[in-house]
Amino acid sequence: MSNKLELIRPYGDTLNDGKIQLSFSLPLPCNALGEEAAKNMAKKMGIHNAAVVHSAPLGEHFSFYVVYGTVEHQINIKDLNVVEVKSKTMNKEEVEAYIKDHFDQPLVFIGASTGTDAHTVGIDAIMNMKGYNGNYGLERYKGINAINLGGSVDNETLLEKAIEYKADVILISQTVTQKDIHIQNLTRFIELLEAENLRDQFIVIIGGARINHGLAKELGYDAGFGLKKYAFDVASFAVLALNEKKLKRKQLK
Amino acid sequence: MSKLNLDLNTIKACRVHADHIANQVQTFIDQHSTVSVERSILRLLGVDGINDFGIPLVNVVVDHIHEKADLSLGICHYMSYAIHELNLNPLEISTRISKNKLDLSVYTNKPKSPYLSDLTSYFDLMIKQIDQMKSFRKLQIELTPETNTPQKYVIVATGNIHEDIKQAISAAKKGAQIIAVIRSTGQSLLDYVPYGATTEGFGGTYATQENFRLMRKALDEVSLEEKRYIKLVNYASGLCMPEIAALGAIERLDMMLNDSLYGIIFRDINMQRTFIDQYFSRVLSSYANIIINTGEDNYLTTSDAFEHANTVLASQFINEQFAKKALMDESLMGLGHAYEISPEIENSFLYELAQAEMAREIFPNAPLKYMPPTKHMTGDIFMGSVQNALFNIAAVTSNQSIHLLGMMTEAIHTPFISDRAISLDNASYIEKAFKDFGNEITYNPNGIIVKRAKDVLRDTQGLLKQIENDGMFQTLEKGVFAGISRHKLGGKGLDGVFEKHENYQNPILDYFIRSLKEANHVK
Repeated sequence: MSNKLELIRPYGDTLNDGKIQLSFSLPLPCNALGEEAAKNMAKKMGIHNAAVVHSAPLGEHFSFYVVYGTVEHQINIKDLNVVEVKSKTMNKEEVEAYIKDHFDQPLVFIGASTGTDAHTVGIDAIMNMKGYNGNYGLERYKGINAINLGGSVDNETLLEKAIEYKADVILISQTVTQKDIHIQNLTRFIELLEAENLRDQFIVIIGGARINHGLAKELGYDAGFGLKKYAFDVASFAVLALNEKKLKRKQLK
Repeated sequence: MSKLNLDLNTIKACRVHADHIANQVQTFIDQHSTVSVERSILRLLGVDGINDFGIPLVNVVVDHIHEKADLSLGICHYMSYAIHELNLNPLEISTRISKNKLDLSVYTNKPKSPYLSDLTSYFDLMIKQIDQMKSFRKLQIELTPETNTPQKYVIVATGNIHEDIKQAISAAKKGAQIIAVIRSTGQSLLDYVPYGATTEGFGGTYATQENFRLMRKALDEVSLEEKRYIKLVNYASGLCMPEIAALGAIERLDMMLNDSLYGIIFRDINMQRTFIDQYFSRVLSSYANIIINTGEDNYLTTSDAFEHANTVLASQFINEQFAKKALMDESLMGLGHAYEISPEIENSFLYELAQAEMAREIFPNAPLKYMPPTKHMTGDIFMGSVQNALFNIAAVTSNQSIHLLGMMTEAIHTPFISDRAISLDNASYIEKAFKDFGNEITYNPNGIIVKRAKDVLRDTQGLLKQIENDGMFQTLEKGVFAGISRHKLGGKGLDGVFEKHENYQNPILDYFIRSLKEANHVK
């Protein structure tokens, strides 16, 4: 790869023309001063020739802007480091076969949306029979016993249930991320596991629209799954990790 | 004029099943009360404020009786004796209890209270306040230019009531007719109502009496400027459902989310608790002319909108009958439904339109609450705007009443000030462009839309028949709604339910019921 291609800018209609669009509101009335402020904001972001193509009042004290321009910054893709779940992904049937080949007993997956978060869309998409977007949930997997505790589950209750059901994998979903409430909550669960000396007993996975693998690793989880990830992604990672950690592995006869 | 040619006998049969279902539950409701109903009664006696530990006085008093005396006699038993014997008002009595200077358990073994009339002057103060709010609202609505398009409803949810106010004013100036303040996540599970103005909430702002008052005042000011009355919405739901209904009536909220089924299914609130709470809330809201919004739309966030459309209609029928038991006028029944069919399904718009037209025809006098796409919204905000546009077309064409505007950032965050403005522009454009479209079209009697409505109605009748046979409690155990199963003895708040003593009295509920019956009689 030549140097030229490793340094990139946004693409409008010509390579590396740097064309970019943004929209935002300002706490100013919609007038010439507001428009100038919008342009200046763009300039400070490294956007040249900023054009305010649309402006509108949002009541008396706020205004909205759509801005186009040319961004001066370029990115060297060699400098980038992406944290991704690296294990291979299997489909439902492959996961089921893998479980049959590698484990003696059914694997127990327990999941919940925890803390004050009452949204169960995420955990339901992964765990419930129906799944999401045509991808069946864990409840339908042979060899997996999936227990969905639903929403607003305390960290303490989740751990209690995980012990009670002898869970192998714990799944935590977080939808509400306003003011980083999910970070505090997720940190508390890991602290709880460590305080009880149980961190190594489970594969612990987090998920949610604002969750990614990098964040999960940073917080001390085994994996994190964001948008466009389905039950088979989660199951693939979990069964491979369980096998690797030698948890519940089939005894060689 | 019917566009769908629905079978009237099937609709009638659905109503009969739903009536029987509601009757079974009502028999149970009439024999019971809850800590939250009793706390609401205290609020209607003028008890407000918190103790030194921040606990609301109404909780202190009800807990006091629950622990030391016999709550099954009802709070009015104790209050009426105490007022009569001590010559103190309800607030003074409550304050003394909180300071351990008074013990009401001395009245436990007294005969059925003959002193209810001692409560009347205190109840009258609150009734007068509620009556003033009703007449003020009525006048303001009369002064508001009439529109025959769906009312545009947006949410604010910053967590800080002062920021909420700025966002609400901006939305009102952009054409919003209804503003809802979303509650902080988790409030539905608090067994007390937080106190005072609040600035810390997650995914929403706490419902408190002071927050209600602040937002109502701000919206009254913008209503004056805009020369149209802006309605305010909050949530009379969760463990404090009846208390929040009372606060809403006192502070002139105009609509309240109010649906036990939602709490049972999505918040795991005990079904006995919340059915009893809902009845008291709905009677109170009927009296205060507050429109309720029901939560059927939520079923479709977990179960499939195409396959389970009949659960929505069945629940609407049941909610209608629950509201009727609470003597609610049809004009206050904001029955819910939603635009949630997957965009991947061919002809999805036709199925959505069928469902919306069907709800409109079956409940012609109800201010139907129509919810936007949420489940299939993604981070693709540009596509999201198109999804919302289709939803808006369905809303205007089928003449929905309460039009919850979809946000293009639905899947990302609670709305920014500009997200709301973009939604309002989208809806205003479509409402203008499609204004009389619904009156211009008829549906192919052998076509997809008519057939879909007929199928859903038929399946609804089957489901309602099944629910009547099983009973409401067992239906919820079976997980019929949203595919979630709940148990009669499970969930939160069961310890706050009690059977009424034979000497139990609730004169304020009796007053509301009497007034509502007289008002209906006059009609």
